[in-house]
Amino acid sequence: MSTTAQALSDGWVVAQRNLIKIKRVPEVLVFVLISPIMFVLLFAFVFGGAIEPPGAVGYREFLIAGIFAQTVVFGATFTGAGLAEDMQKGIIDRFRSLPMSRSAVLVGRTTSDVVYNVLSLIIMALTGLLVGWRIREGFLDAILGFALLLLFAYAISWVMAWVGLLVPSVEVINNASFIVIMPLTFVSNAFVPTERFDGVLRTFVEWNPVSTLTQSCRERFGNTGGQPAPDAWPMQNAELYTLGWVVLILLVFVPLAVRQYRLSTSK
Amino acid sequence: MSGTPLMIRASGLTKRYKTVEALRGLDLEVPEGKVLALLGPNGAGKTTAVRCLTTLLQPDEGSAEVAGVDVLADPVGVRAKIGLSGQYAAVDEHLTAYENLVMIGRLYHLGKPAAQQRARDLLDRFDLTEFADRPAKTYSGGQRRRLDLAGALVAQPPVIVLDEPTTGLDVRSRQQMWEVIRDLVSGGTTLLLTTQYLEEADRLADDIVVIDHGLAIARGTADELKARTGGERIEVVIADAEDRDAAIRVLSEVTLSDVRVGDNGRELTAAAGGSGASDLLRVLQGFERETVTVLDVGLRRPTLDDVFLALTGHAAEDADSDAADAAGDETEKELAR
Repeated sequence: MSTTAQALSDGWVVAQRNLIKIKRVPEVLVFVLISPIMFVLLFAFVFGGAIEPPGAVGYREFLIAGIFAQTVVFGATFTGAGLAEDMQKGIIDRFRSLPMSRSAVLVGRTTSDVVYNVLSLIIMALTGLLVGWRIREGFLDAILGFALLLLFAYAISWVMAWVGLLVPSVEVINNASFIVIMPLTFVSNAFVPTERFDGVLRTFVEWNPVSTLTQSCRERFGNTGGQPAPDAWPMQNAELYTLGWVVLILLVFVPLAVRQYRLSTSK
Repeated sequence: MSGTPLMIRASGLTKRYKTVEALRGLDLEVPEGKVLALLGPNGAGKTTAVRCLTTLLQPDEGSAEVAGVDVLADPVGVRAKIGLSGQYAAVDEHLTAYENLVMIGRLYHLGKPAAQQRARDLLDRFDLTEFADRPAKTYSGGQRRRLDLAGALVAQPPVIVLDEPTTGLDVRSRQQMWEVIRDLVSGGTTLLLTTQYLEEADRLADDIVVIDHGLAIARGTADELKARTGGERIEVVIADAEDRDAAIRVLSEVTLSDVRVGDNGRELTAAAGGSGASDLLRVLQGFERETVTVLDVGLRRPTLDDVFLALTGHAAEDADSDAADAAGDETEKELAR
């Protein structure tokens, strides 16, 4: 078997091990399934009346793509925390004493988080449909929208994998990611339309990949209400720009994370 | 060496951490089908040696081969030949015993059906079938260790490495573990085990290497080691410290080693010669003759402390805690019985 095929097959075994936890660890279940429902309901009902998006679309419909983006980006914290936890336990020595692929632990963790994200997205989509979200473009467009969400989340997972190996403490990961991810998702068009921001903030929002991810999804789901994308180049080419970030992040952070894994396990 | 090939060979293993030299040129040889015990106190370098031999750690200097495969040149090749069971049971606590073993089997690339069959066999052999479908976090310490050991055997590797397999276990679990290990080596597996218990090394190992501060300070069979360090210990507690000199005189006449005097001046220990029981009798007769009043008297097996005292003239001491930490080394404290 080639090294890549080996890494994928070993990675899948590790991923299955991670997935079993949804049945055994209540926090995982809450994180993956319950908190997304809560997010949709909270934002839909709390901000629902306060913000009026431009174009012929209600806030709840406008909102859902933003919540999708925020939830999958936050989900990456899970990758970091999970790895940090593994590194503190004896299980990592077991893995390292087996003739398995070196990157399998990382491949497995990021893969199981894709599966968790799929579950979260299904739950959120169903909750969204209940509170008034609609898919107004074709089925294929919607699938592509979800695919972009998963792809972007996968890339962010590798960032958090690197952080999780660098700072192997679950508490630190949770706090650190909160400090980075909160601004990234809130200073974006996820909850507040781009038009409401001014000056530097506006520029940040327009170049923030979370915004372009959200914009791409709104377009694919048909939730823009006919409102054209803002003039900035990233917003005009939202999918291309988002994919560019995905490629860039993977190119930088996959090697970084693999290197860090080797370093932190050969002490 | 004679006809038997060496399954583990290490020479001049050296490993330095910031301030500590965990290994200072350790040599080890284990012939095929034999059991070698690496005996030493906390921080002696046992775990570091094991980690170097199992590719978890790169030695700074020296070389090692396991089952003919070079540890530095082909670590993955070595991993296919060894089963490691560590001091902290390396099992996933959210997985059941069965799931743990199947996962390990699949990562050894046995294929799913073979991994499942192997898992069932091992659960049966290690008396874990009853708990096989409960998450490992509900297991007792002894059950976890057995599961961990089963994990090391999944791929039926020719070499097994056990790092302090019974540290922290209660007496019953320890004896169960010994039985399991004896069973294992009767099948011809080569075994390297580290321990702080002389009794454990005595029961399980063909050869013992005593290690202190990263160096082998003695090696030989359990009997050879005992001949050098004396057999059972006679311990007496005398009623009156003033009788001490008389008591020491009696003990010295009968026993082999120097008499150790406890802190309060009334506890005396010495190594018995050939037969502990008859020596003890002679000691008691001597005390009667000298009218030494005895509060308590007994025979006990020698401990690691006794071995160290005999070999180095000082008691086994734990390396300072920083060093032990840096070495990712043994942290559990063990009081010699």
